[in-house]
Amino acid sequence: MSHGPSASGGSLVAAPPHGRHHDEPYDPVFVGEARAALDVVLRRYPAKQAALLPALWMLQDARGWVSEKGIEEVAAVLDITPAYVKGVVSFYTMYHQHPVGRHFIQVCTTTPCNVCGAEDVVKSFLDHTGCGDLGLTSDNGEYTVIEVECLGACGFATPVMINNDFIESVTPESVPRILSELK
Amino acid sequence: MADVKMVNLTIEGRPVAVPDGMSVLEAAKTAGVLVPHYCYHPGLPVAGVCRMCLVEVEKMPKLAPACATTATEGQVVHVHSPKALEARKGVLEFLLINHPLDCPICDQAGECELQDYTFAEGRADSRYREPKRFNPVEDFGGDVLYVQNRCILCTRCVRFMGDVAQEPVLNVSERGDRAFIGKAEGHDLTNPWAGNVIDLCPVGALLSKDFLNKARAWELDRAATVCTGCSQGCNAVAETRDNVPVRLKPRPNDAVNQYYLCEVGRQTYREFARRDRADQPMVRSGAALQVAEWDEAIAAAARTLAGRRVMVLASPNLSNESLFLLERLLAQTNGEGVFRVTRGPAVPLPGVSDLALREERAANAGGARTLGFAEITTVGAALRDGDALLVVGDALADVAEAELASVSHLVYVGTTVPALVTQRAAVVLPMTNTLEEEGTFTNLRGRVQRYLQARTAPGVARPTWYVLADLLAAMGGAGQFFLPNEVFAALAATHPAFTGLDYEALGLRGLPIVEHAADVPAAEVTV
Amino acid sequence: MGYPHPSHPHETPVLSKYFGDAGARTLDGWRQRGGYEALQKALAMDPQELQTIVKDSGLRGRGGAGFPTGMKWSFMKPDGKVHYLCCNGDESEPGTFKDREIMRWTPHGLVEGVALGAHAIYAETAYIYIRGEFTEAITQVNRAVEDAYAAGILGANAMGSGKRIEVHVHRGAGAYICGEETALMNSLEGRRGNPRIKPPFPAVAGLFGKPTTINNVETLTTVPYIVKNGAEWYKQFGRPDNPKSIGTKLFSVCGNISRPGNYEVALGFPFREFLYDLCGGPLPGREIKAVIPGGSSVPILTREEAENAIMDYEGMVAAGTMLGSGGVIVFDDRQCMVRQIARLTRFYAHESCAQCSQCREGTAWITRIMERIRDGQGTAEDLDTLVSIADNMSGKTICVLSDSCATPVLSGLRKFRHEFEAKIAANPSKVTVPVALRASAA
Repeated sequence: MSHGPSASGGSLVAAPPHGRHHDEPYDPVFVGEARAALDVVLRRYPAKQAALLPALWMLQDARGWVSEKGIEEVAAVLDITPAYVKGVVSFYTMYHQHPVGRHFIQVCTTTPCNVCGAEDVVKSFLDHTGCGDLGLTSDNGEYTVIEVECLGACGFATPVMINNDFIESVTPESVPRILSELK
Repeated sequence: MADVKMVNLTIEGRPVAVPDGMSVLEAAKTAGVLVPHYCYHPGLPVAGVCRMCLVEVEKMPKLAPACATTATEGQVVHVHSPKALEARKGVLEFLLINHPLDCPICDQAGECELQDYTFAEGRADSRYREPKRFNPVEDFGGDVLYVQNRCILCTRCVRFMGDVAQEPVLNVSERGDRAFIGKAEGHDLTNPWAGNVIDLCPVGALLSKDFLNKARAWELDRAATVCTGCSQGCNAVAETRDNVPVRLKPRPNDAVNQYYLCEVGRQTYREFARRDRADQPMVRSGAALQVAEWDEAIAAAARTLAGRRVMVLASPNLSNESLFLLERLLAQTNGEGVFRVTRGPAVPLPGVSDLALREERAANAGGARTLGFAEITTVGAALRDGDALLVVGDALADVAEAELASVSHLVYVGTTVPALVTQRAAVVLPMTNTLEEEGTFTNLRGRVQRYLQARTAPGVARPTWYVLADLLAAMGGAGQFFLPNEVFAALAATHPAFTGLDYEALGLRGLPIVEHAADVPAAEVTV
Repeated sequence: MGYPHPSHPHETPVLSKYFGDAGARTLDGWRQRGGYEALQKALAMDPQELQTIVKDSGLRGRGGAGFPTGMKWSFMKPDGKVHYLCCNGDESEPGTFKDREIMRWTPHGLVEGVALGAHAIYAETAYIYIRGEFTEAITQVNRAVEDAYAAGILGANAMGSGKRIEVHVHRGAGAYICGEETALMNSLEGRRGNPRIKPPFPAVAGLFGKPTTINNVETLTTVPYIVKNGAEWYKQFGRPDNPKSIGTKLFSVCGNISRPGNYEVALGFPFREFLYDLCGGPLPGREIKAVIPGGSSVPILTREEAENAIMDYEGMVAAGTMLGSGGVIVFDDRQCMVRQIARLTRFYAHESCAQCSQCREGTAWITRIMERIRDGQGTAEDLDTLVSIADNMSGKTICVLSDSCATPVLSGLRKFRHEFEAKIAANPSKVTVPVALRASAA
């Protein structure tokens, strides 16, 4: 009846590198090409601060997560304070404030998907990734599984996002194949 | 005043006329009605988030937040209608469900707006049966401690640091009931003005580490004073517990400091709480200083200074009244009056016009200059061989003995006695500090402001002006003064800049000195 | 068309005609399907004329509020100030997934609508705000915008008209509340997505302090059709005796239903036929128990109420609910309403921006009580408390997320009280014991 799972549209960027906590000096993101790309973005808005969400996306795409040092860099580049940036980062759930698995798996369990068995899909992911519990990264650093709120694909229950890939109509049975197809 | 358009409305049955553009909450104040509120503060941009100020406005379909609703012509506002009371009761309940039952250990108790409004309009019981949210206490740096559990997220602190201090180091972090006030690692509340968030916080979420657990709000006695930290002249409240100064807080004055006080000023209370006080008059007899009666000590001081050129080294924190009497004394003795003043970096509070922690770190250098005192940097350089030195107001800090080599005789009037004075002084007269006397200061803008007595002086120490009046009389000077306002009246009568000022006119907000003092003729000196 | 299913003969595919048609996504493909003719025509017209046409057409905002679009546009006057158009692609209302389809199948249709809307409100710059999770939509719309610039449709001289139309895509980062128009503006400005107090209204001081109009994706995508075919053409869709609800609407159908997906019908369609005929009714062996017809923020309907409802703005109000975003969530007899309402309140508690006291604390409190009842530890006192909390959360906050959280609880208690009472009856303890004193749960 429903569509089989499909990775629709391809990813915006390749799976980001597995983030690590900083025990080495911070490597700035907004240099060279990335800085030029940010400058293009800055021209779209009359105020520098408006480029904050795009800059944070660029940072997370480059480093896998948003660290304190990353926050400092973005703040410096946009002439705002790190506290301000931090307030924004902590508001939006898609920015990770700590490193996550190489494949960040988000399963929608809000009511429309919930009545279609989304919680079983979550359980299947947890079992097959060896993550142990929601929000924990698997020992090999490959996976983190979380529940998310409505992904806006309710008719294609259960939708799952893995990094920037949006997969529709996931069932508990299709989970192993999905995992095996991840690069 | 230019014609301001007024609007007429009715609040709780009382008709009021207010300037167009005023909020319903401010309009209610003019009607003598307090609309309970948290996030609103007249010094901060309107947020409208706490929802505590909901009032019923006829013809409006929903309850209106009074802080964010403009008063309009013909409005009829009910602050205490059943619907409004019900809504505010609801808000209080929501604020209390996660709020810890900390009153017994919370510094804010007794001056807590959550307590106040809950007592007035809240529920008598709790319906919450779930686990309370728990967060650890966080040190925000500077003097500020953040107790997350007690925070009601009114965001006054965030708006103050962002809009008034213009250093946005505080944020709201997270969403929903997980939200808390956060900051970035390594960026603390070290701004000298940051301590104001403690006063702004309506509950005990932001606390002063300095004041932590020192006193209960209801144990405190309060008196209006003026800060001595710098020449801005911020209006303040001196708070004492059992006659011990424990805190200085800002007192609102739109012309000087609006609602704020800086950390340097707040910390001055420590100076006034010192226990190592000179509290008895002393006269040198042989090698040592001996305790003496006041009459004897005054007479000894007068004798010591008589017939010599007298240098007066005054503290720039002496009142106008004391400096005026010293000016008279100098006229008697053909001497010179000088003062030193320490300086530090100026730190403005950008969101308020003309408010800063000033370079000059004393309250009355302005008064001193007006009354003829000259600023010097080194004490030794100003002295001539054979001078008698009259030091008034602890002005010998960091002065080496060598600098006083040319001084023949030393009379010391102060609150504490440094070693140098114990060695060299002929007479020591104990005086009050700023919190123990009444007087006036002149700030850097020429504003004359009164300060009142906040505690009793130790031992038999007397108000400075009183001591100087007696000394002046003993040296043959004219004038008999029984009250500080009499001294001020004499000052105003003889100094054009102070013409027309008296204690009643000054009130507790102060007044600027006369602009064109030169045009005003000096008056005859009368007793 | 009923996507992902074949079109039903009783559907009226206007916006959905090319759902599933990959060819419609390219610039050439869109042109071949009649695209950009409306924009060309509009750019030669005076904005006032465009505002009038849209006003006449009866089009109402399709994001959920249903505010007449032409009237909203009329607040934007030729005042010489910089104006902004924001396209709201933050679709996050549970049950709603129509804008995503528009963006990923007909991105040029959206770009055309946005450009047309910008011109109609005297704006030279438009931002398309797309929620961060919609990666495919973002890719498609980005490419469509790029291609439109390359073809001179957007830019300093849009389609040779001499008018400047700049369109930028702005990616969100995970916040339902950013679908609220003032929160969307804050998010665009690089702030926390907090709704703003009104006044000032966006048309006076909105994005970057300038007069701004915010329109939903579906609304803007509809406009080119109205301009091309005329207001009268649009007025043919709707109940003859209800001129207030005009046009076609995309309804997103999900939950326990045989054929979930998007369906486009004329407003005024009978809900019974819609559910059982177009959507195939409940799954085999099951019966529909409850339906939420307009996204999770509108009151829940029982099966009987749903079967008698009419699918337009007034019809749904008459049924005791609202049309909202048109997100139809179907619950069958397998579902525990207490469990599902608890899950909904959890959604709102997660999404609360934390500004207003009632919402910040109330959404979480209501969720905790609901989950406690769900888990068999609720008492009769809890039901009274729920109603009281829900009343205190309604009509008293900056935005309506608070009300939206209260709605499923209030309508759930009104219509499915027996389910709540069954849960409570099963609890051996008759008094709600504070957590600190409770015996440890199993």
